[in-house]
Amino acid sequence: MSTSSGATTHPASGASFSTPSPMDPRRRNLIIGTCVAGGAAVAAAAWPFLDSWSPSERAKAAGAPVEADFGALGPGQRMIVEWRGKPVWIINRTKEMLADLAKIPPGNLVDPDSKQANQPPYATNATRSIKPGLFVVVGICTHLGCSPTDKFTAGDPTMPAGWEGGFFCPCHGSMFDLAGRVYKNMPAPDNLIVPPYRFASDTTVIIGEDTKGA
Amino acid sequence: MAEAKAPAYDSSKWFGRTLNWIDDRFPMTALWRSQVAEYYAPKNMNFWYFFGSLALLVLVIQVVTGIFLTMHYKPDARFAFASVEYIMREVPWGWLIRYMHSTGASAFFIVVYLHMFRALLYGSHRKPRELTWIFGCLIFLSLMAEAFFGYLLPWGQMSYWGAQVIVNLFGAIPIVGEDLAIWIRGDYVISDATLNRFFAMHVIAIPLVLIGLVLAHLIALHETGSNNPQGVEIKKHKDANGIPLDGIPFHPYYTVKDLFGVMVFLLVFAVIMFFAPEMGGYFLEYNNFIPADPLVTPSHIAPVWYFTPYYSILRATTDRIMPVMAVAVAVLALMTIVRARSGWMRGAVAGGAVLVIIGFFTLEAKVWGVVFMGVSVLVFLALPWLDQAPVKSIRYRGPLYRLALAVFVIVFVILGYLGTLPPTPGRTLVAQVCMLAYFAFFFLLPWYSRWDSHKPVPERVSK
Repeated sequence: MSTSSGATTHPASGASFSTPSPMDPRRRNLIIGTCVAGGAAVAAAAWPFLDSWSPSERAKAAGAPVEADFGALGPGQRMIVEWRGKPVWIINRTKEMLADLAKIPPGNLVDPDSKQANQPPYATNATRSIKPGLFVVVGICTHLGCSPTDKFTAGDPTMPAGWEGGFFCPCHGSMFDLAGRVYKNMPAPDNLIVPPYRFASDTTVIIGEDTKGA
Repeated sequence: MAEAKAPAYDSSKWFGRTLNWIDDRFPMTALWRSQVAEYYAPKNMNFWYFFGSLALLVLVIQVVTGIFLTMHYKPDARFAFASVEYIMREVPWGWLIRYMHSTGASAFFIVVYLHMFRALLYGSHRKPRELTWIFGCLIFLSLMAEAFFGYLLPWGQMSYWGAQVIVNLFGAIPIVGEDLAIWIRGDYVISDATLNRFFAMHVIAIPLVLIGLVLAHLIALHETGSNNPQGVEIKKHKDANGIPLDGIPFHPYYTVKDLFGVMVFLLVFAVIMFFAPEMGGYFLEYNNFIPADPLVTPSHIAPVWYFTPYYSILRATTDRIMPVMAVAVAVLALMTIVRARSGWMRGAVAGGAVLVIIGFFTLEAKVWGVVFMGVSVLVFLALPWLDQAPVKSIRYRGPLYRLALAVFVIVFVILGYLGTLPPTPGRTLVAQVCMLAYFAFFFLLPWYSRWDSHKPVPERVSK
């Protein structure tokens, strides 16, 4: 009943066990097996809780396409449509605005030719739109999701010299041109995102549905 | 074991009998003695040591006021903003409870920042208190999470767009980022689902973690014993009974002293809470008095003041600063390689540095902004090992550390101030310089803490 030889005796049960001894391989394997099985069970049980954070069926349904009537949109005006909870801008670009857009040296822009897939293929062109006059774009900065403000007028006194009109993100100062292309050296890395859209008639557009066969 | 111990209290009186009855079943007296009445703290602790107990006080204020706020608040995007206004205008004393909670949030960070600064002054994070420091850093991280989740709940414009910006930080992670951000939000934008889960995190999940970490922080502290302004280990010199010669019992000496600190703190706290709860837009931002609108971003988004130093670092990371950061990483790697003992270590540092520098020029600056912001917070965890000085307290440290610490504090304040302002090219440049100084304080510490001159540390607490 002593501990002199390294063996300890449990005071209540009298069972003796030696402290530093090589472990029984059978016992060790059983412990490893129990840990692995237990770990797998914990991981499996955690999954429903983790996945419960994914968008619910209701949230997914709210991401359905929306229809917008832009018939009343005057030249140089912008309207905002909510799609998937994001502001989608529909801007009626005037001929002057399009002319200003063409004046910007491509070297000032990060992605002047829209090589990044931030727009559907049918909007991969100089104006980033299906119809040059009508610009449809998600009004959320590609930096950290703020909504940029309008700075449509070329030579706007609040903007740097040589401003050809566009958007300015108030959060971190990113600047975009009138086709949503980001200028160089801005926090935002990419051009504004053009959502999938198609024209249902001459004055209505459906946002969230692709133009087919284009 | 209980059976071997003589009763501590007089069994002839009912009160003594009650205490003995408890002690036979729960080590109440033993805990009181070991943790409070016979916990020996250095006799020379000064006012900087108030902030630990004050942090505990603010935690209690936040928990109690928070419980009462949940009784009237509605975590529903349709009602959340209105329910906060309801608390402010119609619930009896609701304004007081909410202002205590909102002032308490800022007070928590003030107290914790001063508590951390105390560690930098006196080397409280150094051996053997590294785990106390790490638990403390984890408390700080939890506190940031707690503040972030809580800030969405009033569902004002700043709540909404602040959360939008922070959640989108995760979206910057390559490949999985966008899915991760959707998973956190539970929707494609910040929405009711987000509000509901942030409420759960704020009122139960994070507070439980926080309280557990506070316990671990205190247990680790009481294992090693408290540091003091001289950085002298009082356990080195004990009397015949094993009591440190320079120690005094925490109770009554420090309980009474801390009580004085509590009085001063509550005085300041009450003045702010009653006369300036918004603190000129720093404690409660003006834009948050406008209900959340997913379609209109406020013209200027700034986080609450306690996040702004890190936010400034995020904003300062533009394409233009990346070459400078690349040079800094290369220099740091070279300095490490020169000092490294094993060839394996040299290879690892060189390889890591090359990968990071390649990353600087291939991944977007936005990704690195998030990384730098993360590093600027997490680097505190490494402080006990970055600091190589042979002495702990600033009283025996040389001019290099004193200068570095002063610069660090100034830079931290400037970054914090810039983070509250809209960005301009000039401000971004200042923030970039400050960011470099911020990181230099930490990452050059292994070198300048060795080069520095140090005064001899006395064996015992003087005076």
